[in-house]
Amino acid sequence: MFGGGGDSGYKKLSTVNRRMFIMTAAKLVIFGGIITRLFSLQINENKKYLTLSDKNRLREWRLPPVRGDFEDFFGNKIASNLKVYQLHVVPEQVEDFRYLMIRLRDILDIDSKTFKKILKKKSQQKSWETLIISENLSWDQFAKINFYLHELSGAKPVLSVARNYPYNEKFTHLLGYVAQASEKDLIENEVIKKSHVPGLRVGKIGLEKTYENQLIGSNGIQRYEVNAYGKRINQIDFVEGKKGTNIKLTVDTEIQAQCNELLKDKAGSICVMDIYTGELIAMHSSPSFDPNLFLYGISHDNWNEILNNPKKPLINRSIQGLYPPGSTIKPIVALSALENDVISTKFKVNCTGKTEMYGQTYHCWKDTGHGIVNLRDALKVSCDTFFYEMSRRLGVDRLNLTAKKFGLGEKVFNGTYNEEKEGLIPSTQWKKNALGRGWVLGETLITGIGQGYMQTTPLQLCLMTAQLANGGFKIKPKIIYDKNSDTYEKIKSEMEKNRIELLSDFQQDDALVDFSLEKKKRDTDLYKPLYRNQENIKFVLEAMFASTNEVRGTSYSSRISDKKYQFAGKTGTSQVKKITEIQRELDLDISQIPYEERDHALFVAFGPYVNPRYALSVFVEHGGAGSSAAAPLAKKLFKNIVDRHEEREKIREKSLMEI
Amino acid sequence: MFKETALSGQTTFFQKLRSMDYILLVCILILGVISSLAMYATDGGELLYHTKSHVLRFIIFFGMMFVLSFLNIRFWHATGYLFYIIVLGLLIWASLYGITASGSQRWVDLYFINLQPSELMKIAIIVCFAKFYHRAQINQINHFKNLLVPMMILILPILLVVSQPDLGTSILIALSGIIVLWLAGINLKYFIYSGLFLLISMPFVIAFLKPYQKLRILTFFNPDKDPLGAGYQIIQSKIAIGSGGLTGKGFLKGTQGYLEFLPEKHTDFIFTLFSEEHGFIGSLTLLFIYGVIIYRVIDIGKNARSFFGKLFCFGFASSIFVFITVNMSMVLGLLPIVGSPLPIMSYGGSSMLATMIGFSIVMSTKIYQKQLIA
Repeated sequence: MFGGGGDSGYKKLSTVNRRMFIMTAAKLVIFGGIITRLFSLQINENKKYLTLSDKNRLREWRLPPVRGDFEDFFGNKIASNLKVYQLHVVPEQVEDFRYLMIRLRDILDIDSKTFKKILKKKSQQKSWETLIISENLSWDQFAKINFYLHELSGAKPVLSVARNYPYNEKFTHLLGYVAQASEKDLIENEVIKKSHVPGLRVGKIGLEKTYENQLIGSNGIQRYEVNAYGKRINQIDFVEGKKGTNIKLTVDTEIQAQCNELLKDKAGSICVMDIYTGELIAMHSSPSFDPNLFLYGISHDNWNEILNNPKKPLINRSIQGLYPPGSTIKPIVALSALENDVISTKFKVNCTGKTEMYGQTYHCWKDTGHGIVNLRDALKVSCDTFFYEMSRRLGVDRLNLTAKKFGLGEKVFNGTYNEEKEGLIPSTQWKKNALGRGWVLGETLITGIGQGYMQTTPLQLCLMTAQLANGGFKIKPKIIYDKNSDTYEKIKSEMEKNRIELLSDFQQDDALVDFSLEKKKRDTDLYKPLYRNQENIKFVLEAMFASTNEVRGTSYSSRISDKKYQFAGKTGTSQVKKITEIQRELDLDISQIPYEERDHALFVAFGPYVNPRYALSVFVEHGGAGSSAAAPLAKKLFKNIVDRHEEREKIREKSLMEI
Repeated sequence: MFKETALSGQTTFFQKLRSMDYILLVCILILGVISSLAMYATDGGELLYHTKSHVLRFIIFFGMMFVLSFLNIRFWHATGYLFYIIVLGLLIWASLYGITASGSQRWVDLYFINLQPSELMKIAIIVCFAKFYHRAQINQINHFKNLLVPMMILILPILLVVSQPDLGTSILIALSGIIVLWLAGINLKYFIYSGLFLLISMPFVIAFLKPYQKLRILTFFNPDKDPLGAGYQIIQSKIAIGSGGLTGKGFLKGTQGYLEFLPEKHTDFIFTLFSEEHGFIGSLTLLFIYGVIIYRVIDIGKNARSFFGKLFCFGFASSIFVFITVNMSMVLGLLPIVGSPLPIMSYGGSSMLATMIGFSIVMSTKIYQKQLIA
């Protein structure tokens, strides 16, 4: 019989069969569960897992974008990209990282500080990410690495691109510079954030910063299939990056270089501008520094040297430096008085060297006095006494309007430079608002000779001079070259048209127009007259000519008699400190005064006198008298400016042909 | 009882050959082919060590199974306890002189093969219980003193395997044993009592678990907590299976395994790779083949005249089912990751050897289905 036999055996069998049946039913249910799970993963959530699988599988490597170049008007590259030799190491591909690093340290002569920095960087990144050992190997180092390469498994000498400023310190303030992107850069600029790769250089200041989004270019992208450890298996895709836009500037490298030379060892600024097109020919601030220093992280010593330099190289004096304009403001004061019919050109004042007004003594720069002077003479010899009397009659508010019209107290490049300053042209209203006190009449007098509250940037003075020199028309200064902008001829005829229109329009009345309205109108004012009567402009320009080209003129010693290069200008010497009576009597030589207390030397000019085309401003910080420290620099510069003009026109014609 | 003479007495070799279960044989062969191809795909489409070794083992062990099938069922009955004792001896040997790999001492070196006795125990325990209950009277089964011996038989190997440590295998041995005990007719209440006891003792057991085992259990409940750490296997496995879709990425086109995202891809996660490449349809097919195998084994058990054969078949079918479901639930993220191979599919000699021995006993039951055991 079966097993135990009998009933028992039967019962045993029926038990096992029954339980097996239950078991089988349970199995079916569980299999059903597994199938359901499979269904939900593979059919319902298939999309989600497919995406996850691709994410697992593909990894992107973004290559640094290639930055757009800057070039000058003549096509010279002033900021470009240089091929550099770099040394990369991918830690995961290195068998013995420590050994490799020690070998590299010996071969490249890496100092212990840098060495530690590299090791720290390694610990912060993923093992498949490229570790840059050196961003800029010298040719010697590069050759040495290649020589030892067989024993340096894992080290990769790479040819890469890096920003390069071939003119070193010459364009630093104008261009700005790039340096490694900081966290702040990433937060503030979405474009930088989008194309950021470790070690990316972005503009920190100047045009490099302002035009970041055009310059930056787009990343090249390498897509790799990777395994679970992030190791590249094979390249799936390669998208070449696009180089950033090249930006052409209006500046002339040669003039800029000359400005550099002229301001060598001085603190100051020179700006040169086309008086019709508004194109900036040069803009230099001194002292400068080499922007290439910032590319690979400036060394502590270099940085301290820049930071501790008493002449403050980091300030872009042309647009950031605020100084009292001194006598360079006089053409505007004279113009304002004439325009407002405060005086006529025949008005005369007797200068005795000083004048008593409102219980104060106001001195002329010439202690012995100029005798009886008319307006033309007053401009020519820069007689302060005359201007005290004239501005007393004019009043500060009318002066304020004229000065603002000509571009003072307002940013010249609105938005092109973040660091640009507005300056200050005072008015009674301004004082009440800003200082909470009423205007004192004596303040009008010193404002009339460009002292007191008045502060301007060298570039503003250049624009002011340009807008006087072109016959009194509004222009738009620019530094970025635009092929489609108005040509000289077009601007000339536009101005002529506007001049004639004004002559026939007798409605044009007071210069005292509502200021807010004035501001709104300004953009549409391009090439419109800034004067009421052009004769007044002509008078001022002629007086400036006298100042430079007639005997006793303040800048007579800096004249050029050759008609081709002849220019007209106005000197300025602005006080930094109130001169006490004792100092006045001592009449110290400049070398005897401490540097910080010396006068600023200024000079504004335009030329050639017949058919002027360029205006400039020269500023020498604590340079002493404008006539001796600033005007001679303009003389040296002007010949070159005029000569370069022909070259410039050739380029212009060529570019017109291209259209 | 027709054809009794032919079956009860001496039968010819060809008669035995004819009475083999060909559906079962074919299914095992198909599984062998599928697993070899899966191994080949896992090796990245190259004939590498795993594939070669797997194919070789399958051929050897399948041949062995075929030969052993002709052993009389009485042989298995007679050597039932011996088989168990030998495997138990090997387990003890393993725990004393075994080979340690990845922190666990579970292999013995038999010169021609590195054997994992715990895998064999999965079968040995069924054989042992089948023999034990073959003779037991149904009304004596639930007597307390008759429960002690099976308890000892079950607990001894479990303790040995847990101490290796190998939680996964010990759980599977326990499940195999418990199922057979239940099938044999042990009262349900005992299972409930011991279940309750286990539940109460759980906190103490957990206290004895190795940190990595605790982590695995915690990870199971929240795999996203540490996606690159302990949860990595579950997440990657789900990604692979899920991305397979209806028809799969195609043979050799799976990316997850090829790119090394799957750990232990040749062994415990072989189904993941298979499912990624062959999709829902492929997975269903595989499940169907397993289903047929289980069905055939149960059917053979049903027709067996000996209680030994019947109980073994039922027990074996159930444990194969448990191995499959545990493995699949694991890779599908339904159970924590415990080491448990997929029968035949997974790479691993001991597991395949044990499974093949099981099939040869089943086949022997089929051939000698009318055979009575005294």
